[in-house]
Amino acid sequence: MITSISLFIMESFSFGDFIQTNLRQFWELTGFANAELGNFVMLAIGLFFIWLAIKKNFEPMLLVPIGFGILIGNIPFNTAAGLEIGIYEEGSVLNILYNGVSAGWYPPLIFLGIGAMTDFSALIANPKLMLIGAAAQFGIFGAYMVALALGFEPDQAGAIAIIGGADGPTAIFLSSKLAPNLMGAIAVSAYSYMALVPLIQPPLMRLFTTHNERRIKMKPARAVSQNEKIIFPIVGMLLTCFVVPSGLPLLGMLFFGNLLRECGVCNRLAKTASNALNDIVVILLGMTVGASTQASHFLTTQTIFIFLLGFMAFIIASASGVIFVKIFNLFLPKDKKINPLIGNAGVSAVPMSARISNNLGLEYDPSNYLLMHAMGPNVAGVIGSAVAAGVLLGFLA
Amino acid sequence: MLMNKKHLFLVIALLACVGLASAQNRKALRINEVMVTNDNGFVDEYGHRHGWIELFNSNYGPLEISSVYITNDPNNPTKYPVPMGDESTHMGKRQHIVFYADDEPNLGPLHLSFQLAPGQDNWIGIYDADGKTLIDEVVVPAALAPNQSYARTVDGEGEWEIRNGGDKYITPKSANKIKDTNNKIQLFAEYDGHGFGMAAMAMCIVFSALLVLCLAFMAIDRIGQSAARHNKAKAHGVQDSAEKKSIEHDSGEVIAAICMAMYQHLNAHDTESTVLTINKVKRAYSPWSSKIYGLRQLPH
Repeated sequence: MITSISLFIMESFSFGDFIQTNLRQFWELTGFANAELGNFVMLAIGLFFIWLAIKKNFEPMLLVPIGFGILIGNIPFNTAAGLEIGIYEEGSVLNILYNGVSAGWYPPLIFLGIGAMTDFSALIANPKLMLIGAAAQFGIFGAYMVALALGFEPDQAGAIAIIGGADGPTAIFLSSKLAPNLMGAIAVSAYSYMALVPLIQPPLMRLFTTHNERRIKMKPARAVSQNEKIIFPIVGMLLTCFVVPSGLPLLGMLFFGNLLRECGVCNRLAKTASNALNDIVVILLGMTVGASTQASHFLTTQTIFIFLLGFMAFIIASASGVIFVKIFNLFLPKDKKINPLIGNAGVSAVPMSARISNNLGLEYDPSNYLLMHAMGPNVAGVIGSAVAAGVLLGFLA
Repeated sequence: MLMNKKHLFLVIALLACVGLASAQNRKALRINEVMVTNDNGFVDEYGHRHGWIELFNSNYGPLEISSVYITNDPNNPTKYPVPMGDESTHMGKRQHIVFYADDEPNLGPLHLSFQLAPGQDNWIGIYDADGKTLIDEVVVPAALAPNQSYARTVDGEGEWEIRNGGDKYITPKSANKIKDTNNKIQLFAEYDGHGFGMAAMAMCIVFSALLVLCLAFMAIDRIGQSAARHNKAKAHGVQDSAEKKSIEHDSGEVIAAICMAMYQHLNAHDTESTVLTINKVKRAYSPWSSKIYGLRQLPH
């Protein structure tokens, strides 16, 4: 039967028909034949991200991979053809690379790099700055409440609210566990706002501080011994993970990376973790997160809500850090007051938000360098947001 | 030799850890559901019905059970060794496996070498690879009627109950209690719809975690400062304890100034325009960089 059909086809098929059929099939596979409006919108967003990164220098290390990832993820093709090229098609190259995001193992590797890059001296020298890092996490839970009011389920609300921690890897880690379908929007939103920190934070800092408060000079931090620097990651990991074991993947890797840096006998490992390994993971994470934002998944009303909630979470987090310092100052002696301009650094956009504190401080007093003081709450914010993610995971997973 | 001993110790410690971990994994194996007489239920791969025993891997990781023993005789703990090297004895995390009690082990690794006896109590046990350590046991009551199963209420834990297949499902190879909702999220949605509870609890936890860290480092700071003061007093030859307490900790600026002075002292050079060295300048020869190979040879 089959032979007779094929013979019939062969007889009735001319060479021209053969070429025409194949070309028609090929046309059906092309992006032009499968393109929809959503694809073009997403391609425009990807190009906008790349433009922001290259022309405006907004977090280029993140926005270039994410922007190009958006281009990759939104090339239209015929999914029914079974080409195994899409990021959501099991076994495709992009899908294999995306496993680090979907299974949540890229973020801990980035935390390893952050730990290996970060000097916690400012925090060790003035441990009370850790509380600013804790206060700034209120942005997360403020956004959680608003997300619930907007009709999101508690697990989705938790995943969205973590944007307020201003920590991309943490946002990806938590959303991959609590709301995988929203992960693309959450990750892009988190990284976008991190890039926009220089625009979002200064007006808030001015709004909540007085002229005199902005000119408070803090005592220089004391020198921290090598032993203290070694003890910090060990004690830090033990104490925080005993309180919140669900934060172990992030906190464990963060403190491990820091121990590699500070122990003095693993310089090669610390260098690899903070340079080559971190760069590789950032490239893969940025590109695959971008590619996961396919028009059909991304262009929804939920995404708009997520961006709005993320923006609000950022504002609450930055404001709560500044306001907390003002309240804290009420209980501190006159010579130990903290400049509230470092309160914004409680969000963990390292070191961007600390740099903003410093720049704003210099604007009001050219001899007032706040960078090292702001690094304290800034790195405390990294720990705080990882703890907050662990708490949300523990409650809602 | 010392290094060898150290390495040996490390290897033994690692092996012990691996051994302990593996033993702990197998200890999480549980007898989960049993059917003694099966007339109209679950069939084996040959389409036959037998009594069956369901085991459950309560680990959150995979488990290879090919080294455990299943028995219905306390005096013969190694009655049925689960055969090695078969794919079917590899269990995924929180997964189930069913063994057929048909006394026909030649039919495959899932066919036991004994049958269960209807109308009487059936003791079933699983033993670890050593054939001595009892992992789990259960006595299936004689009252169990044909086509009824004796099962845990929740996988791997909970009380045992008789299931008749009506309102209480018989569930070979699947969960004894079907979870169709996430209880945690449901509770949060029901009792904390506005999110105040979560915000209050979570902020308390975040503050506590960082406060504990803060207090720990304040204590470490005090110890460090006291040690530094003690060392400084020792260096200055101060004996009086009151005087020791008055010694100030060096500020960062002082330490930086000392470091710069030491650096300049140790790397002292007059201002020189040229530094003479006796290092041999060596250029390694390579035919790849040789000029004669790079030039076109003129024909003779």
